[in-house]
Amino acid sequence: MKARIHIFYKDSVFDPQGNTVAASLQRLGFTSVKDVRIGKVIDVTLEAKRIEDARIEIGKMCEKLLVNPVIESYRLESIEA
Amino acid sequence: MRAGVITFPGSNCDEDCSFSLGQLEGATVCRLWHKDTHSLGELDLVVLPGGFSYGDYLRTGAMAAISPIMASVKEYASRGGRVFGICNGFQILCESGLLPGALVKNQKLGFICKEVTVEVADPTPWTAPLSAGTQLKLPIAHGEGRYVVDPTTYSEMKKQGQIAFRYLEDVNGSLERIAGITNKEKNVCGMMPHPERAADLKSRDGMKIWNALLHQTRGKA
Repeated sequence: MKARIHIFYKDSVFDPQGNTVAASLQRLGFTSVKDVRIGKVIDVTLEAKRIEDARIEIGKMCEKLLVNPVIESYRLESIEA
Repeated sequence: MRAGVITFPGSNCDEDCSFSLGQLEGATVCRLWHKDTHSLGELDLVVLPGGFSYGDYLRTGAMAAISPIMASVKEYASRGGRVFGICNGFQILCESGLLPGALVKNQKLGFICKEVTVEVADPTPWTAPLSAGTQLKLPIAHGEGRYVVDPTTYSEMKKQGQIAFRYLEDVNGSLERIAGITNKEKNVCGMMPHPERAADLKSRDGMKIWNALLHQTRGKA
C-alpha cells in the first residue's frame, strides 16, 4: 500500500520559508497572496492487509519519528492499495 | 570527572569537545559511538556534541534521537546523570524529549556563523559559580537555532528557573532570546553556542603559514 503524508509547521510556528516566498510572490505582482506555508510530503510504501491497519501503522510512524508534535502537524493525505 | 562524548554519524565537534574537556584538571574523557548500548552509569557527564548528525535528515536531531545510544542516555538522565547537548546536541535532546521545546529554522533563514554575547540567565548548576547576568563571548554556527516552545510550558520553565542562557541581542528569532535551557530537574542542559570552540587551541602552527605568506610578500605592500 502507499500512503502520502503532509507535514507542516503548526500555525503557531513562524515559517520563514513560506514568509519569504509570499513576499516574493507579492513582489512579482501577485497581490492576492495573503500567506504561504511550506511543508513536506512523505510517501510511505508498506505492506498491510487492510487500509485500516495501514492507517494505524502510519499514525504510529508519525508519532514515533516522522512528525515532531511540538512544532508540526500532519495529515494523512491519501492511502491506497 | 569522567566525561563521555558521543559521536553520531555527522558529528563534527566531538573532537573539540573531547580535547577541551581533556584540558581540565582531573578530567578523563571517553569516546562513545552512537551504536553503543552499554550503561553510562560510570560517567559524571555525557556530552552530545555539535554537527550535522545523519545529515539533518527529516528534522535536525530527529534521526540521532532514535539511535541506539539514546536509550542509554535516557536511562542515565532518568537516574540523575548529567547530559549536556551543544548545538546539534541541543537539537537531539529536544527531539528525544529530554528537553522541552524545539529548534527550528532561523528567523531570517540564513546559516549564522559568528561570535555572539550570551548572558547567564537563571542560575543553574551548569553555570555555577557564574552569577546571573555574567556575559560570555561564544561562537554560534547554526541554521536551525530558533528556540520555540508553547506558552504554557514556557511560563512553567521560567517559574522553575530553566532558562540557562539568553543572547544579549536577538540573533535568530529565538523566543525571548533563549540560547540555552535545562530540564526541570536541572541535570540535562542544551545550548546553541559552542563553549568548546572558545576554550583552547590544539595547535597554533597555522600562524606559521600566515607568517610564511607575510615573509613572501614582504616589501611588496
